[in-house]
Amino acid sequence: MNDDGTVNRGALPAIFNPEDLNALELALRIRDKFGGKVTAITMGLPAASAILRESLYRGADDAILITDKRCAASDTLATSYILSRAIKKIDYDLVLCGRQAIDGDTAQVGPQLAEKLSVPQITYVEELLSLENRSIVAKRNIGSGWQEVKCKLPVLLTVVGEANEPRVPVARRLMKYKKARTPIEIEMRLKQDNPDANEDELKHLAQRKIGELEEKGLLMKQWDLDFLGADLQWCGRDGSPTKVHRIQSVILTARESKTVEPGEQGVADMIHELIKDKTIS
Amino acid sequence: MISVNRKGEVWVFAEQHEGKLEDIGLELLGRARMLADNLGVKAAAVLIGDEVKALAEKLCHYGADKIYVLEHPLLEHYQANSYSRVIYDLVHKYQPQIMIYGATSCGRDLAPRVASATKAGLTADCTDLQIGDHENKDVVHKNLLLQIRPAFGGNIIATIINYDRWPQMATVREGVMPMPEPITARKHEIITEKVHVSHEDLPLEILNERKREKKVNLKASRIVVSGGAGVGSKENFRLIWDLANALGAAPGATRAAVDLGFIDHDHQVGQTGTTVRPSLYIAVGISGAIQHQAGMNSSQKIVAINNDPEAPIFDIAHYKIVGDLNVVVPMMIKAIKARA
Repeated sequence: MNDDGTVNRGALPAIFNPEDLNALELALRIRDKFGGKVTAITMGLPAASAILRESLYRGADDAILITDKRCAASDTLATSYILSRAIKKIDYDLVLCGRQAIDGDTAQVGPQLAEKLSVPQITYVEELLSLENRSIVAKRNIGSGWQEVKCKLPVLLTVVGEANEPRVPVARRLMKYKKARTPIEIEMRLKQDNPDANEDELKHLAQRKIGELEEKGLLMKQWDLDFLGADLQWCGRDGSPTKVHRIQSVILTARESKTVEPGEQGVADMIHELIKDKTIS
Repeated sequence: MISVNRKGEVWVFAEQHEGKLEDIGLELLGRARMLADNLGVKAAAVLIGDEVKALAEKLCHYGADKIYVLEHPLLEHYQANSYSRVIYDLVHKYQPQIMIYGATSCGRDLAPRVASATKAGLTADCTDLQIGDHENKDVVHKNLLLQIRPAFGGNIIATIINYDRWPQMATVREGVMPMPEPITARKHEIITEKVHVSHEDLPLEILNERKREKKVNLKASRIVVSGGAGVGSKENFRLIWDLANALGAAPGATRAAVDLGFIDHDHQVGQTGTTVRPSLYIAVGISGAIQHQAGMNSSQKIVAINNDPEAPIFDIAHYKIVGDLNVVVPMMIKAIKARA
């Protein structure tokens, strides 16, 4: 936890959010059937590059890391703004997101992003029923039942875990893309390997390495807020209307309680007591 | 985004489907009433649909001083685009300081879209809402909405605020706020708003809709027997069903048990499942994460069975049984069957 109550993401390993895997899988199936190109985008620390590599192993055609210190402490609104700036740079028909993240569970970024892109949203997608004449038909799980909806492209979908069984990484792709890197990963690695090199030398080394990877198709894209032309007042802490007021460890109120022996007699006595006070009728 | 204003009302999105109000809106009005009284402002409901004005009176009984009625044939069925559009216009016109939505599939589709358009903050799945002050570098922001929710696993409760970009918005799950007692004598004011919607605001074509009966009614059950990951397997979850059957209880579960596939999500008790307040709650093989406790700690009596004496569930249990659930649960079933 940081001093301001936001999560210190640097202390956590980057994980592939489960429902984002379902979104990626749906995207790959759509591409395999109808053609097109799948671009995986994530915003995060340099370590999030691992998620992009994982996307390439599974079949993504392109990968983009949005990383910038000024993204730190972004809430869902600022995150959706930054993502929208990146997506607007891409020619797209469909944006697929996992319904929600496994940590916050807010399910907010998808609809917030759709609004920022001025495209409709189909949330809780469980199945893609058809895609023809630039119209999509999808089945939504709305809890109390299902809805089949049709919508013209472009549209944003949020995908639920029931949608599919994500494929496992393909060995051939894994062998190829395990060497894929984002520029920042290259720079960090060079710095680590050459502790005595000065800035210019490191820059030179990095440029060479980046050029090599690019030639082999192993360079993952990396965009910062300047490249996105993002308005900083909507990014990071400044762009986040929600702030942490307080974090509390839960203080449990001691209740009047009884310890029951885990034997026939103890259990029978407890049941008897609950019947007597009419808790059990 | 609207600016901070102290006269703004407290709003509730009153969800209705096919001309019938959802309970969630009424539950939220109970809390909105309390927050509005605390702030000395009016509580209002936002009612959207086609020919729904007749529902306004009930909203008043449950706590609304004012009901904003937004009617249009194109608003008959909910869509994120059309509903967020008209709420956006309404928010900018009347500048409420607080707006609360149910964390239903509709509310979770709608609220973020409104938040994004208005550039306002939104906190999901709050388990409590209060009014309080926030101090930041010698500046005191008075009377903010404290948006309280469990956070990031572990036993941590976070309180979220928004002090510069309003309205302050939050979603709350059904059943979290107790249903208020209706007061039929309350006076109310209906404000019929002219709305501008066109077919362009309806990008989705709803082709088909199929209802699904919930597999269990946890909220209405006097007794709930829940199993956690500690139950071990779907097969062993039979024990939970057997104990529930013996008691005429509803079977519940933790999120972990649901994620492990032991039982359907309909049975999930907790922050992201159902909130229950039964006479008796029996927690079997449940460690007691704060997210689970949020959905059951108002139960009148809690019995916990766990082989780990350090499990947090024991801190809130009235009857603590440290032992093997595979031994204890059959004993309980036997004792229940032996009664009378």
